[in-house]
Amino acid sequence: MEMYRSHVMICKGTGCNSAGSERIAQNFEAELKKHGLENEVVVERTGCFGLCALGPIVIIYPEASFYSQVKPEDVEEIVKEHLLKGRVVKRLLYAETVAEDKIKSINEVDFYKKQVRVALRNCGVINPENIDEYIAFDGYKAIEKVLTTMTPAEVIDVVKRSGLRGRGGGGFPTGLKWEFASKSVNDKKYVLCNADEGDPGAFMDRSVLEGDPHAIIEAMTIAAYAIGADQGYVYCRAEYPIAVKRLTIAINQAREYGLLGDNILGTGFKFDMEVRLGAGAFVCGEETALIASIEGERGMPRPRPPFPAVKGLFGKPTILNNVETYANIPQIFLNGPEWFASMGTEKSKGTKVFALGGKINNTGLVEIPMGTTMREVIFEIGGGIPNGKKYKAAQTGGPSGGCIPAEHLDVEIDYDNLIALGSMMGSGGLIVMDEDNCMVDIARYFLDFTVDESCGKCTPCREGTKRMLEILDKITEGKGEKGDIEMLETLAHTIKNASLCGLGQTAPNPVLSTLTYFRDEYEAHIKDKKCPAGVCQGLAKYFVIEEKCKGCGICAKQCPVSCISGKPKTPYVIDSAKCVKCGVCLEKCPFKAIVKQ
Amino acid sequence: MNCCCEANSKPFDKLDPVFDKYKNKPGSLISVLQEAQELYGYLSMETLEYIAKNIGVEASKVHGVATFYTQFRLKPVGKYLIMLCKGTACHVNGANLIEEAICEELSIREGETTEDKLFTLNNVACLGCCSLSPVMMINGETFGKLTSAKTKEILRELKERQSSDQEVDTL
Repeated sequence: MEMYRSHVMICKGTGCNSAGSERIAQNFEAELKKHGLENEVVVERTGCFGLCALGPIVIIYPEASFYSQVKPEDVEEIVKEHLLKGRVVKRLLYAETVAEDKIKSINEVDFYKKQVRVALRNCGVINPENIDEYIAFDGYKAIEKVLTTMTPAEVIDVVKRSGLRGRGGGGFPTGLKWEFASKSVNDKKYVLCNADEGDPGAFMDRSVLEGDPHAIIEAMTIAAYAIGADQGYVYCRAEYPIAVKRLTIAINQAREYGLLGDNILGTGFKFDMEVRLGAGAFVCGEETALIASIEGERGMPRPRPPFPAVKGLFGKPTILNNVETYANIPQIFLNGPEWFASMGTEKSKGTKVFALGGKINNTGLVEIPMGTTMREVIFEIGGGIPNGKKYKAAQTGGPSGGCIPAEHLDVEIDYDNLIALGSMMGSGGLIVMDEDNCMVDIARYFLDFTVDESCGKCTPCREGTKRMLEILDKITEGKGEKGDIEMLETLAHTIKNASLCGLGQTAPNPVLSTLTYFRDEYEAHIKDKKCPAGVCQGLAKYFVIEEKCKGCGICAKQCPVSCISGKPKTPYVIDSAKCVKCGVCLEKCPFKAIVKQ
Repeated sequence: MNCCCEANSKPFDKLDPVFDKYKNKPGSLISVLQEAQELYGYLSMETLEYIAKNIGVEASKVHGVATFYTQFRLKPVGKYLIMLCKGTACHVNGANLIEEAICEELSIREGETTEDKLFTLNNVACLGCCSLSPVMMINGETFGKLTSAKTKEILRELKERQSSDQEVDTL
């Protein structure tokens, strides 16, 4: 490997990439060449650094200078000052790293201080398209250890002792799953990886695939050895083109190095894998539906048993784990199951990656030990709520989960605690909501999603979720009636009890959870015909504040239904009965004299 | 429009290498459909029937799979495909208002194409760049931190670019 005096790491995760990091990378390459530095300084395109809110991010080593919100035109200055003259461009550094006249290390910053990166350890550190860099960071060391010194039973024992549970949402013990499949006798078995992250607002699996694809290949090979499989599939969302590209490159490199194929590391062990693109169906997060999809069928679940460990892909014993689960596996073998089990709570070991989004300052990806409190994640790591607004709730578990209100902010995050609060871990989306968000609207949003994504196989889910959505539509349009809440609850319990798969069984959770913690908001919509947060258009009322109105008449001219009347230079009036609540008047008023309630 | 009866006599030639590629791979219907859509922009009824005939699967099943997954389009799309993110983070940051702005500016609804075949609006579950919410993607380019005004401005710029392109064409 060639040696360089400086490394310019440019985040090419989807967030930074969307914000234009490729142009920044190209500018760096051009500027370095201009100054004759191309043999001294190397530009690396890496996976996600996590702090997406400040993207595009550039980190320059060995100083570890953390440049944030870099613009293409800033590159010239960074190259001239920092790389040519050795003077860090303070103006462009992430403000948190600059303390008076001292520059702090990135690990001292609030966002990173409490994080422990296991699944994300290589993201943003290595070039994911270069297998040598993965190997330099202990890559493929675990598979070597497994293939040369351990029996399959010992491998399963290590995974069991680590306490690792499925990171896709369900939290089923991974070692147990592997053991079931290993005990199924068959000439053909499969290892699958679920990278069909369908939960809106979660993007940790994508970041792992984009930032550290070799870790998944290594982990799947270990799993294949444990259960006796020779073929693997990664089922990845087609909407993740960067992840698919990097994973494909990684698979080809691994084959070239003899780390996939007929004789892995010369041990005679045989395993290969390919990528299958999902075509967009949330229900494919359900394992039997995902298997149907790989078989080229409509992604519909089937009843279990038989479990996939007995009868899975093409009727053969199969294990399916999620990307983040696999990302932990090589580390467990390198550092030992005791190390892994030393992190976390009694029943949830290790770390969990969360995608922070919504009304939070530091949107991005964080990895914390299980047992960290919600408050620490949102207010310390996440930097709290923007614009001085008040925290209302955090939504976890996406369309299958629920919300955590302010009174439960001190809950220690683990599988069981979140379920006890009526939510769930889910794949790790964590969307923060403030006082301006309406909880009935949020429940309606998720139901709208599940109605769309219900595969239609079983009646409770297909029909029940639709009826629930109709009631929620009614409530948010201001047509709610007495008895609606009770009907929602009855439907919710029936759907939970009678649906075939996880999608239906959890679909009512967002409604039940918001009913538990924010019943008053539902009642305000139904009884008082008011949306306390002012979100639901159907319930909004527009008023002219007399003292502020100058009588210019702009609102009356703009109103599409002519419901605003008045004489010039006297306050105008809005006729609520005719108003269609389009909001144009509020937008156009030059004196901010119109308010929405 | 030119008459292209001759050119159209074998309109699905491009699919033959795709069939060869997946011939011995079990369960590859979805991959075939994905490649067909990549080639033709969308999946017409004729395309679906041709695929069914050539890979030996019933047409009803091909149609069933093509309509099950959101990725597959059975109608042609406009020159600019707008994918509006409706993920949770975008929703709490006002994606509905962005949708209204697009619909107002283009006079279409979700799933429709403008009369001039310039724009198609599709809502998608999550584009995964939640830090930029609300977000839309137009032909692969991401536009983030949208407001109603900014959205309309972007669409107007594309319209203008189109009409100036046409002027160049006619010169």
